[in-house]
Amino acid sequence: MSLIRLQKVSRLYEMGGETIHALREISLEVERGEYVAIMGPSGSGKSTLMNLLGCLDTCTSGDYELNGTNVSELNDNRLAEIRNREIGFVFQTFNLLPRANALRNVELPLIYAGIPAGDRKRIAIEALTSVGLGDRMQHKPNEMSGGQRQRVAIARALVNSPSIILADEPTGNLDSKTGDEIMVLLRHLSDKGNTIFVVTHEEDIARHARRIIRIRDGLIADDSENKNGTP
Amino acid sequence: MRILLEFKESLLIAWDAVRANKMRSVLTTLGIIIGIVTVTSMATAVDALNRAFHDSISVLGADVLFVSKMDWQINSEAQWIAENHRPDVTLEQVHRVEKQMLMASAIAPAVGSQRPVSYKNRRAGRVQIIGTTDQFLTTSGFNIAVGRFMTASEVEGGRPVCVIGNDVATNLFQSESPLHKKIKIAERQLEVIGVLEKRGSFLGMESFDNEVILPVSQFVFSYWRHPTFEIQVKVRNIEHLDDAKEELRGLVRKIRHVLPADPDNFAINQQEQFIATFDKVTGTIAAVGLLITGMSLFVGGIGIMNIMFVSVAERTREIGVRKAIGAKRRTILLQFLIEAASICMLGGLAGLGITYALTLLVAGAFPYFPIKMSMPVMGLALLMSILTGVISGFLPAWRAARMNPVDALRNE
Repeated sequence: MSLIRLQKVSRLYEMGGETIHALREISLEVERGEYVAIMGPSGSGKSTLMNLLGCLDTCTSGDYELNGTNVSELNDNRLAEIRNREIGFVFQTFNLLPRANALRNVELPLIYAGIPAGDRKRIAIEALTSVGLGDRMQHKPNEMSGGQRQRVAIARALVNSPSIILADEPTGNLDSKTGDEIMVLLRHLSDKGNTIFVVTHEEDIARHARRIIRIRDGLIADDSENKNGTP
Repeated sequence: MRILLEFKESLLIAWDAVRANKMRSVLTTLGIIIGIVTVTSMATAVDALNRAFHDSISVLGADVLFVSKMDWQINSEAQWIAENHRPDVTLEQVHRVEKQMLMASAIAPAVGSQRPVSYKNRRAGRVQIIGTTDQFLTTSGFNIAVGRFMTASEVEGGRPVCVIGNDVATNLFQSESPLHKKIKIAERQLEVIGVLEKRGSFLGMESFDNEVILPVSQFVFSYWRHPTFEIQVKVRNIEHLDDAKEELRGLVRKIRHVLPADPDNFAINQQEQFIATFDKVTGTIAAVGLLITGMSLFVGGIGIMNIMFVSVAERTREIGVRKAIGAKRRTILLQFLIEAASICMLGGLAGLGITYALTLLVAGAFPYFPIKMSMPVMGLALLMSILTGVISGFLPAWRAARMNPVDALRNE
C-alpha cells in the first residue's frame, strides 16, 4: 500500500467573492522511501499541495490517505497529532524559536508527543548529532549560521521519526554552497530510507530528487522519474 | 502525564516571554500590582478594625449577662425615650437576683460615674468611679496586679477602700507605691488596697485602665443616692448561656413585678449583640470597599488582556510553527493562559509585598491598632490575581489557539 494516496483532491479558496481553484482533482501516489521534488511557478498550487500533504490544511473535496489513515476527515486536534507523529517540516525561513537553544528547539516535537524528559533529551541529542551539530546544542538560533539553523530545523523534523519530511524551499534563504550542503544532507537522509518532499522552483534543487512532479494551474503537468537523481 | 508535561513547557515559555519583554511586563504588571495593593490594603484594614473591636469587646466576657434599664443598642429616639422612662434597677433588686439566681457563678451590681481623683497635689480628671461588690472581680474578669481586691465584709460595711486602674496609679503615683495611700474623690478619702492589671484600650481610644472601684454602699452614700444599677451575671456554664438568660429574664420580671402580658421593662445585654451590630457595619464597609478597590484590579485585568493580544499578534508565526510541529489547540491555549496568569501572579506577589510593607508602617505608627496581614487575605489575593490573569488572558489565548496554521505560518 502506498504511503501517500491522493484521490481527486481539490482545494478551493473564496477570495473577495471569487472562487480560486488552487488544486483541481489531483490524484497522486507516493511510496515509502521516495524522494520527490514538487515544482511549479508561484500561484501554481504547489504551496497548497504542500500544505495538504503536511496536514496543515484540509482539502475541499477528494480523499487523502496518509500511512493508512484518511486524514481528509479529521478535526483540528487529530490533525495536530498526525503532524506531530507523521510529518517533519523544514521551512525556508527555518522557523526556529528564537529564544530557545538548538536542543530545546529539537525537543519541541517530543514535548508535544508526551515523551518524558530523559528520553527526550537523548533522542534530541541523537538527532542533532546526526545532522552534524553535536557541538552546537546549547547555541541559540541567532548564534548560528543559516546553514546551521537549517540543520537544526532538519533535526527537529527528524526527531519524531516521521513518515514524511516536507521541505519547503529549504535552500531559499541560503547561499548556494550552504544550500548544496543541505541538499546533500537531505539526500543522505533519503538514502537512509526517509520519504522526502522538496518544494522548490529551482531546477538545480529539484535535480537532487528522484522524482519530479510539476504543478501548473492546480494540475499535475508532469510527473517523471529523474534519471540524474541519486541512484 | 502529558498535560503535566505541557504545563511545565508552558511555564517555561511564559517565563521566557516575560523575560524577553521586561519593560512591557513590568508596565503591564503595574496595573495588577496597584489592583492587588488596593484590594489587600482594604481587606487588611477591615480585618484589623475587626480584630481591634473583637480584642476590645472580649474584655466584656462572652459568658456574662448585663441586666440594665436600657438596651446597649438604641436604634431610635423613640426607643430611647421609652426605655429611659422605665423604672430604675435598684440595689434591692440586685440583692434579690443574687439570692435567687441558680445558674450563675457570680453576680455583681455595677454603677459608674465620672469624677476627678486626686492625691496630694496630683489630680486626674474624669476617672470612672465604679461602685460594686467583691463579686465584680469574677464578673469583670479583671486581675489584680498589686495588693488585693475588696472583701465581702468591706463591701458589707461600706469601708472607705478602693482598687484603682493602672492609668490612675501611674497618673497619681509617680515613684511611690499606691498601696495604703489615701486618694481623694469629691472630698472623701479612700484607701488604695489594690491596683488592677493593665488592660489596654478600646480601639486605641478609650482606656479601660482609668477607673476606681469601691464598695457599692460607699458609692451610694458618697456620690449618688439613687442610681440605676447594672447587674452583671456570670453564667456558671457558658454552654447553658441561653437557659441562664431565660432564668434571669423570668427572675427579673418577677422581681420587677412585670405582668405576664407586658413586655420586659429592662434589657439583658451581652457581648454577642455588640459584635453582631459591629460585624454588620464592617461587613458593609468590606463589601463596598472591595467592590471599589476591585475596580482597579479590573482595570489591571484589561491591561493584561490588551498586552496579551499584542503578544499573540507578535508571535503569530511562532504559534504557526508550534502548530505545525504538533501543538494542539489546548496546548496553545494553555501556553498563553499560563503566560497571562504568570504575569498576574508576579504582580500579585509584588502587590502583596507592598501591602505588607504598608502594614508594617501603619503598625509602627499606631501601636494600639492590631493591623497585620492574615494568611487568608494573602492566599485570596494571590488567587484573585491568578484568576484575573486567566480571565483576561482567555480571549487572546483563545484567538491564538484557533489560528489556522497555514495563515499563521505565512504571517511575516
